[in-house]
Amino acid sequence: MSTTTVETSADVTEQRSAGRPGRARGRGERGPLASLVSHGVLIGAGLIALFPIAWLVFLSLGPDKDDYLHPGRIWSKMTFDNYAFVLQDTNFFDWLKSSLIVSLGTTVIGVLIAATTGYAVSRMRFPGYRKFMWVLLVTQMFPVAVLMVPMYQILSELQLIDTYLGLILVYCSTAVPYCAWLLKGYFDTIPFEIDEAGRVDGLTPFGTFARLILPLAKPGLAVAAFYSFITAFGEVAFATTFLLDDEKYTLAVGLQSFVSEHDAQRNLMAATAVLIAIPVSAFFYLVQKNLVTGLTAGGTKG
Amino acid sequence: MTVAIDRATGKRRGDAPRPGLGQRLKHGYQKHWYAYVMIAPVVIVLGVLVLYPLAYGFYLTLTDANSLNTARTIGVNEIEATYKFIGLDNYADILWGETAYDRFWSHFLWTIVWTAACVALHYTIGLGLALLLNQKLRGRTFYRLILVLPWAVPTFVTVFGWRFMLADGGIINSGLEALHLPTPLWLEDTFWQRFAAIMVNTWCGVPFMMVSLLGGLQSIDASLYEAAEMDGAGAWQRFRYVTLPGLRSVSSTVVLLGVIWTFNQFAVIFLLFGNTAPDAQILVTWAYYLGFGQQPRDFAQSAAYGILLLAILIVFTSFYRRWLNRNEQQLAI
Repeated sequence: MSTTTVETSADVTEQRSAGRPGRARGRGERGPLASLVSHGVLIGAGLIALFPIAWLVFLSLGPDKDDYLHPGRIWSKMTFDNYAFVLQDTNFFDWLKSSLIVSLGTTVIGVLIAATTGYAVSRMRFPGYRKFMWVLLVTQMFPVAVLMVPMYQILSELQLIDTYLGLILVYCSTAVPYCAWLLKGYFDTIPFEIDEAGRVDGLTPFGTFARLILPLAKPGLAVAAFYSFITAFGEVAFATTFLLDDEKYTLAVGLQSFVSEHDAQRNLMAATAVLIAIPVSAFFYLVQKNLVTGLTAGGTKG
Repeated sequence: MTVAIDRATGKRRGDAPRPGLGQRLKHGYQKHWYAYVMIAPVVIVLGVLVLYPLAYGFYLTLTDANSLNTARTIGVNEIEATYKFIGLDNYADILWGETAYDRFWSHFLWTIVWTAACVALHYTIGLGLALLLNQKLRGRTFYRLILVLPWAVPTFVTVFGWRFMLADGGIINSGLEALHLPTPLWLEDTFWQRFAAIMVNTWCGVPFMMVSLLGGLQSIDASLYEAAEMDGAGAWQRFRYVTLPGLRSVSSTVVLLGVIWTFNQFAVIFLLFGNTAPDAQILVTWAYYLGFGQQPRDFAQSAAYGILLLAILIVFTSFYRRWLNRNEQQLAI
């Protein structure tokens, strides 16, 4: 029995290496070689994807700031001291608070303001529709450099530099059009018959939106909210420039301060990085599937 | 009058003779007022947060504003703005002035190379991995979870991981040395800085492409492959004539998004090099450096760079859309 199996597999390999097609295979089936190559490539890619992060975790366990130069030595003196230090003796929690205030503020404002607009551009064709969509599109591709200088001037006149509100307003300039765009994509997937049914039953357009469509669009709203949150959370340029007080730093700015201020405390930096990465990536994995659907649906549906 | 959903009925309008202008305005108002009410919040926000700063920024590009002559408060003293209007001199200086090559064109060329290389790598690697993940394979979900990791962790975190690895004496150079390969100064030498920047950005950007394209692959009807196989199409032909056309709408969207995002990519280069690498700065980070990374801060030039960048992107997007429309390709974005 076993001999037969061995013979068959050797046979197949031989045939493949000779370049002749083997026995007819069903669709989706591959020879062992192709399967091996697939696994090999995926494992390689997986290692590349994983390594920099794993390395960061590993370095965060070394107690000295120059340990990244001698990673071998970390094995013998692994410790969680860095984490204890970051949590107790740095502004980590202040930074976390700032990040959460700014990101959540942006998210709430962005989604609230954009929801009706997303519905309107999904369902109604009004004069100026194309121009409006064009504006929504163009605002999404603003490079940071375009608005940074004028925003800086305007916010300093309004005394909003170094405040959470100022940063939230800046982030809204991208979050609002983006949410509108994303939500339009989601509303497009909700059948128009539902609107018509509501209208026949005597609802106004606003009533249809509020009572019928909005409850159905919860997943879409969640994606828009999540996307604004992630974008605001990871934003670097504006936060670095507009926040001056190191207790108000967001995490993205605070992490940089380990290099400049405290003469490159890389061990602490690595520990902070890991502390940030764990909850964010956990959250990301929870909603990731919806995120992609939302992003591409917004783009491909006319 | 209640037909808000005129997608279905839109084409049927126009049978009646065209009414006068006043009539039309009134009619339009009655028909569409709720649409305008609904978009009003976004219009107001965009007006206040985008259009006004944009107009103000454009005005600044026509002046010689910098941090020494703009209005500012030092202690209790309020200093009035003293910058003056100089017309289009900033643009002329950036594009044709002395040392324009070093200041603008070299960064411009590098930005083009950067965008093209990154998007091409994102797309090909992403497509390759998506194809691998789209087959029946043991542990597929697990691979997917691992491969999405660079996207899941915020960029500002992972870039620092790369910085530790690329540093002189870091793990990458130690590894290369162990293999008796040359050990470039990744963070100091211009060519290798650029190489490292593209490498890191590729690492960060592939997962998005992979996941989007995987979604596209899964939406291709399996019967098309069956039909192709019946007609005797080989693996390459199935890929060329079934997979690629099936992916076209997803591809056109993600490539456009990729170009815009990469062109505007700030975090990777800024965090990888800080201010230490003037030659590896793409236009966005260079504009930031002019406006905020040096003393005195040159607000006017920085804003002018911003306007130029936006113009480049708008021109690109218009051509891209036209090019797609030529192929009768729908693209809403």
